[in-house]
Amino acid sequence: MADTAITGPAGTLPASAAGAAPGAARAWLRFFRSELRQVFGRRRNLILLAVVGLFPILIGVGLRLASHPNRGGGGNGGLAFVTQLTGNGIFLSFIALSILLTLVMPVAVAVIAGDSIAGEAGYGTLRYLLAVPAGRTRLLVVKYASIVVFALAVTFEVAVVALLVGVILFPIGPVTLLSGTTVSLAEGIFRLFLVALYVSAAMAALGAIGLAFSTLTEHAIGAIAALAIFVVASEVADQVPQFAVIQPYLPTHWWTMFDALLRVPIDSGTLLKGLLSFAVYLVLAGSLAWARLTSADVTS
Amino acid sequence: MTEAVATEGLTKQFRGGQVAVDHVDLAVPRGSVYGFLGPNGSGKTTTIRMLLGLAYPTSGQAELLGVPIPSGVVQVLPRVGALIEGPAFYPFLSGRDNLARVDAADRAASPRTATARIDGALDRVGLLAAAGKRYRNYSLGMKQRLAIAAALLMPRELIVLDEPTNGLDPQGTREVRSLIREIAADGVTVFVSSHLLAEVEQVCSHVGVMRTGRLVFQGSLDELRLTGSARVRVETGDPAAAAAVLRQLGLPDPQVAEAEVSAQLGDFSVEKICADLVHAGVGVRGLAVLSPSLEDLFVGLTGEGYDVDG
Repeated sequence: MADTAITGPAGTLPASAAGAAPGAARAWLRFFRSELRQVFGRRRNLILLAVVGLFPILIGVGLRLASHPNRGGGGNGGLAFVTQLTGNGIFLSFIALSILLTLVMPVAVAVIAGDSIAGEAGYGTLRYLLAVPAGRTRLLVVKYASIVVFALAVTFEVAVVALLVGVILFPIGPVTLLSGTTVSLAEGIFRLFLVALYVSAAMAALGAIGLAFSTLTEHAIGAIAALAIFVVASEVADQVPQFAVIQPYLPTHWWTMFDALLRVPIDSGTLLKGLLSFAVYLVLAGSLAWARLTSADVTS
Repeated sequence: MTEAVATEGLTKQFRGGQVAVDHVDLAVPRGSVYGFLGPNGSGKTTTIRMLLGLAYPTSGQAELLGVPIPSGVVQVLPRVGALIEGPAFYPFLSGRDNLARVDAADRAASPRTATARIDGALDRVGLLAAAGKRYRNYSLGMKQRLAIAAALLMPRELIVLDEPTNGLDPQGTREVRSLIREIAADGVTVFVSSHLLAEVEQVCSHVGVMRTGRLVFQGSLDELRLTGSARVRVETGDPAAAAAVLRQLGLPDPQVAEAEVSAQLGDFSVEKICADLVHAGVGVRGLAVLSPSLEDLFVGLTGEGYDVDG
């Protein structure tokens, strides 16, 4: 590309032509929208979402084939909700969420959260954002808000795709909950909505940990990998009986406890403990991220 | 009126103990084009990072446009445009989208005028035609210009350009210089760092020279010239007599060669020296004042280059 000469009027813009500064709320919103465009406009992240969306389809088709009467059906090795699935397709959503919560969804969230600050540092754009000035705390809040939106997107994507596949492949109708009570399909779907919100909260808490990791490095892949390993380590510890004492404090321990919402009455004690766990991790990780980002020199 | 940039004892010591910036007292007058010079590794970029609130000083004070740094960065930085240690943008976005991203992060920027301001800034640096191209496909010169465009998105009172000519071909360097002139013509203070005096000499009114973290000179270009000890050179058929006159006047460091005597001029007037020589009966064939070039002075301040300090 040939270099063209720099031309144009002298000096910087006159203040009058630049327009007045927007209100604080509008300025926040504008930055947040820009951040959402960065996350959801990026091809890598769209591919990630598409791949996550494939899993409920695969699970649905697999379970449909396995439950075919000609194959004998039945032996599904104790997977939660599978016995209910043959009676009602809505359970495919709960099955997909509990399976994908172990690794696929956390990894998807880890990619966005781990990339959030470290990615900017890696590109060198972090120094320019801070020199704008975006404000260190404001940047962190906007980054976290977009991670939460992504966590919601991943969770609801899995729930909705699984629900659609469930409706297509399995019967649908009034929902018999785990406590044996039967509720209308509408209420069943409402409970699925609450389950998705609970799982989103779990993923948002994980996102906060990822954000904290992301402030520690300028290599996004390092933060992403660290968070994935963190999740697996927690899940392994959650399986070892000798660690029973610490298990309630593990970050992943309460993730799949959303079946508390599928009982009458709702097991609110378990739910609240889960939400409390998420909140504690959010506050701890958020504080760490804030302390780190507002005090560290930006050297990238 | 306060200075555009003022620091007092600004110091940065890295965790390893290395002192990157050592008690630097900058005074950048408003409206000046200030050349911040020094070899690579002399602490220029670390100083600039501290001025922009990216790095925190170990000790000392700093003010930007009269606002204390780093506590007031969010307040003052909207009035400051900056190019910091080379351009950095998202490779997967176009030049225009990259500027829109920078603009969206600026809470002082009006979304209503964003399109016009972005196109205006792109036009200023001659990138309008390539605005839709992805950043990853830009040449080095185009990347550099996009970074300057980002600094010009908003009306500024101070523009900080860290090595704006790095990696540019001679034509690109000339373009950057003319852009600096244009910006300065509007009364905007320009703080431009470079490791080459020659690249900024023509546009600067003031210079600060760094060496191993210390500011070894600061002042106008004329003041820099004055630090060079000019020498007076007398061509004569009677060097011994001429040397005697110079000694008698008290000129330092007289040196006698064949048919030529020279000495440091200091504060003496050449006219007086000439008159005294003639008065003493010395036949003067030629009389000249030799000033060292700015480049000589700069090299004298920063060292020859191969001797890496610290």
